[in-house]
Amino acid sequence: MAGKEITRILATDCGSTTTKAILIEKREGEYRLIQRGEAPTTVEAPAEDVTKGVLNAVGEIEDLMQRQFLADSKDSVEVGDSPGKGVDIYMSTSSAGGGLQMTVAGVVKSMTGESAQRAALGAGAIVMDVVASNDGRLFHEKVSDIRRLRPDMILLSGGIDGGTIDHVVELAEVIRAADPKPRFGVGYKLPVIFAGNRDATPEVGSVLGDLVALDVVPNIRPVLERENLTPARDAIHELFMEHVMAQAPGYGKLMQWCGHFVDGAWENVPIMPTPGAVGKLIEMVAKAEGIHVMGVDIGGATTDVFSVFDSNGQPVFNRTVSANLGMSYSVSNVLASAGLDNVMRWVPFHMDEADLRNRIRNKMIRPTTIPQTLEELIVEQAISREALRLALVQHRELAVGLKGVAQERTIGDAFEQTQTGATLVDMMALDLLIGSGGVLSHAPRRSQAAMMLVDSFLPEGITMLAVDSIFMMPQLGVLSEVLPRAATEVFDKDCLIRLGTCLAPSGQAKEGAVTATGTITMPDGKTRELRIEYGRMEVIPLGVGEKAKAVLRPAKGIDFGTGPGKPREAVLEGGVVGIVIDGRGRQPFNLPSSDGERVRKLREWALALGAYPEKFLSLGR
Amino acid sequence: MAFAYTPGLRVADIATVRKERRLPLKGRVVVRVGDAVEADTIVARTELPGNVRMINLANILGVPPDDIFDLLFKKEGDPIAENEQIAQSKGLFGLFKNTVRSPITGSFESFNKITGQAVLREPPIPVTIDAYVRGTVVDLLADEGVVVETRATFVQGIFGIGGETRGTIKAAVKSPEQELTADLIDPSCSGRILIGGSFVSQQTLRKAISAGVKGIVVGGFDDRDLKDFLGYDLGVAITGHEQKGITLVLTEGFGRMNMARGTFDLLASREGLAASINGATQIRAGVIRPEIVIPVGSEVKAKAPDREQGALDIGSPVRVIRAPYFGRLGRVTALPPELQLLETEAKVRVLEVEFGDHERAVVPRANVELIEE
Repeated sequence: MAGKEITRILATDCGSTTTKAILIEKREGEYRLIQRGEAPTTVEAPAEDVTKGVLNAVGEIEDLMQRQFLADSKDSVEVGDSPGKGVDIYMSTSSAGGGLQMTVAGVVKSMTGESAQRAALGAGAIVMDVVASNDGRLFHEKVSDIRRLRPDMILLSGGIDGGTIDHVVELAEVIRAADPKPRFGVGYKLPVIFAGNRDATPEVGSVLGDLVALDVVPNIRPVLERENLTPARDAIHELFMEHVMAQAPGYGKLMQWCGHFVDGAWENVPIMPTPGAVGKLIEMVAKAEGIHVMGVDIGGATTDVFSVFDSNGQPVFNRTVSANLGMSYSVSNVLASAGLDNVMRWVPFHMDEADLRNRIRNKMIRPTTIPQTLEELIVEQAISREALRLALVQHRELAVGLKGVAQERTIGDAFEQTQTGATLVDMMALDLLIGSGGVLSHAPRRSQAAMMLVDSFLPEGITMLAVDSIFMMPQLGVLSEVLPRAATEVFDKDCLIRLGTCLAPSGQAKEGAVTATGTITMPDGKTRELRIEYGRMEVIPLGVGEKAKAVLRPAKGIDFGTGPGKPREAVLEGGVVGIVIDGRGRQPFNLPSSDGERVRKLREWALALGAYPEKFLSLGR
Repeated sequence: MAFAYTPGLRVADIATVRKERRLPLKGRVVVRVGDAVEADTIVARTELPGNVRMINLANILGVPPDDIFDLLFKKEGDPIAENEQIAQSKGLFGLFKNTVRSPITGSFESFNKITGQAVLREPPIPVTIDAYVRGTVVDLLADEGVVVETRATFVQGIFGIGGETRGTIKAAVKSPEQELTADLIDPSCSGRILIGGSFVSQQTLRKAISAGVKGIVVGGFDDRDLKDFLGYDLGVAITGHEQKGITLVLTEGFGRMNMARGTFDLLASREGLAASINGATQIRAGVIRPEIVIPVGSEVKAKAPDREQGALDIGSPVRVIRAPYFGRLGRVTALPPELQLLETEAKVRVLEVEFGDHERAVVPRANVELIEE
């Protein structure tokens, strides 16, 4: 890159709920994080302009630094050479557009309509409406419903290949009459995916082509007995991330702000969708270290999961965006999807159901609040475990080896959904699990983040746990496009907090039974005996950068990744939490069914990891 | 975070409210710019072709399709009444005649001499759109609808269910702290929009429906009641399509929450006036809030400017929006700049608030919202 060296960098991530700003500067030859600020994202009235939240978040950095980063008029970010103020470059990521709500259409409601619904659900969308030729509504009623619901995207299917054209075109005409507009019309049209009778493609194109952003993919139901959801599902996924999620009121203005001067000429830096930016970093880590990595970014409206695992000996990167699992706008959907019992199973005290439901609903309608009491914190972290778990379920389903292979379905299977391609996600092969997002990065104790990651992702064998220190991976992802060196330096030194290695033998045993023994040679050369008991957790202190050598001897039927009962030697890395020994079993992992025992064990595990102040033991009593 | 949450809900004594009213199909606009309209005035209309009924006359009459033309009593385009004779066979020596009667009222659209099928069409289905609010037509949307403008009291709620409805305002409680209980619902509530106080239960809501109440505006409602009332757990807050026989607008949130005094007093002062309300809510980027629109005459003067929410300051009236002080109202008494440690061990920016009973508490700034005086 020509021109003056970039030494002052301002980057923001406009989330659905919170806008985060970071200031990076090059000092003494290396790029470091200098300050951060945050403010509520301003996509709602009265502001209805995402740049207001950016100004507020940058304003917080100004307050903390006592330096000027905004223009004198306070209405934009100052980028340029002005001495003592502004930055050399400003860039941003965005997921401010929030979740994905879709309308799907098919000729027969119980056939292609259902297939379309499954494709959308599989991509993490909420299906607000299924429009079908035989849904009992009149033409104008269908039009009204599309207008009223304001879908973010429409999936139009219908007809087997070579089948009906008229009905499919009629559905296209419904969409045309509705004249659907994106929620934020910043120079783009509403995405409509056509995945129906291939013979109808020209007619559908002529009806809709000039009105919407039409994307044609293979038929989701090419013949009656076969369903081929993958192409439509992938298209939904990509279009959501690229065209819906990042959009917000004021997005056009924000685009103008992002950039820098190169040889005196302004050069824009495109806004990157948040999951795209985080995914770049995860890929970068996996490639640099040659390891299997998973990352998860839990936001207010969406939860994004990333993985790099091998397929046929080659590393394959997968990214899923669970469009309606999150901790604020989508928090009620986590409750509806997981069920109250699944959320409450992580809470070590009794709560009144009505009270809990109201609290969660109020978080949804006032999304920027934070837990003030320990009880609230524990409940919020319980919800996050379920959001993370459900996002992982979706990732497993989508991260499959043989993409594009059709799934055979018969009429009799109409209500069952099974995968043909096996998932690439292998928790035993996982080397590094990275968590990001407010609830993980801002957990008051890092051991809480470790617990949330372990409880929801259930890593097996030997896995390093890490978190994004202050929720800055999105900004570093976009930075890596422009200044890879700066992104790498800040990621290594200021972003990635290594929590420690999790040792989790896989298999089942009776409570208290010894599932593995062994030795750990600590950095000071001393060797300590290791004894893992089923149902117990323990932490062995081992600091950041420290390494210990372990010899693990699992009991019969217990696996550390080398096969049941086979010993394993490994080097364990430390972290701010230490070596986390999770003897609770895997495949499956079960919480005690008795309420009293469940609460007792939750408290025991939290104490073992030092996750909460001791006051938590008295909660609910 | 140094900023208080501002839901940005409008509570306007007097506002100019514009409503776009569009047909779902191209049609005919039946009012003109400048016309005064009532809420129920039809502003645009169109007609959908009636449903088609097919009758195979050849099969029923037992004669070849070619021969049926002479047996028809109707020609294409003729109106028909339900049960009216369409065709009759000649029978045997004038006896044992088969008769086909119309199953619908409508028109005899066509007859196919090859298949023997007759096509009957039901009458056209009128599709109309009304003005929703009393006001004046200020713009035409060619062949689709109009824009209606009104001078009105305008209040946005935070969450609602049910679509557009209309009724006259009735303050059903005496204060914003009072619950709207079932005993307050009587026959005089029929056709009304009831202004409640802090809470309404599902039981009261059901009684209101049976009493013919059109809508309820209230501070809070239980989420468990919402689930029972709707029959499903609402995942993402996109509402407005519910057909429950009533429209509900919450001004504050879930649980028992006193309606903000200013909102209550304003709505109660419009007792007896015709209102249009809509519970449609979409809580996502590009939010849609439920609304209460009460058109007022020029004799009603604005008492206070439209509420504007500014920055937090000492003395700012706030509501705490998270436990343990959830729902309590007070005033800011201190804004310490440094981060403070919470019980959760998180270090955040806080403020000190004094509640109505003079109790003081420290709460995160993120956990309050500014409210109107």
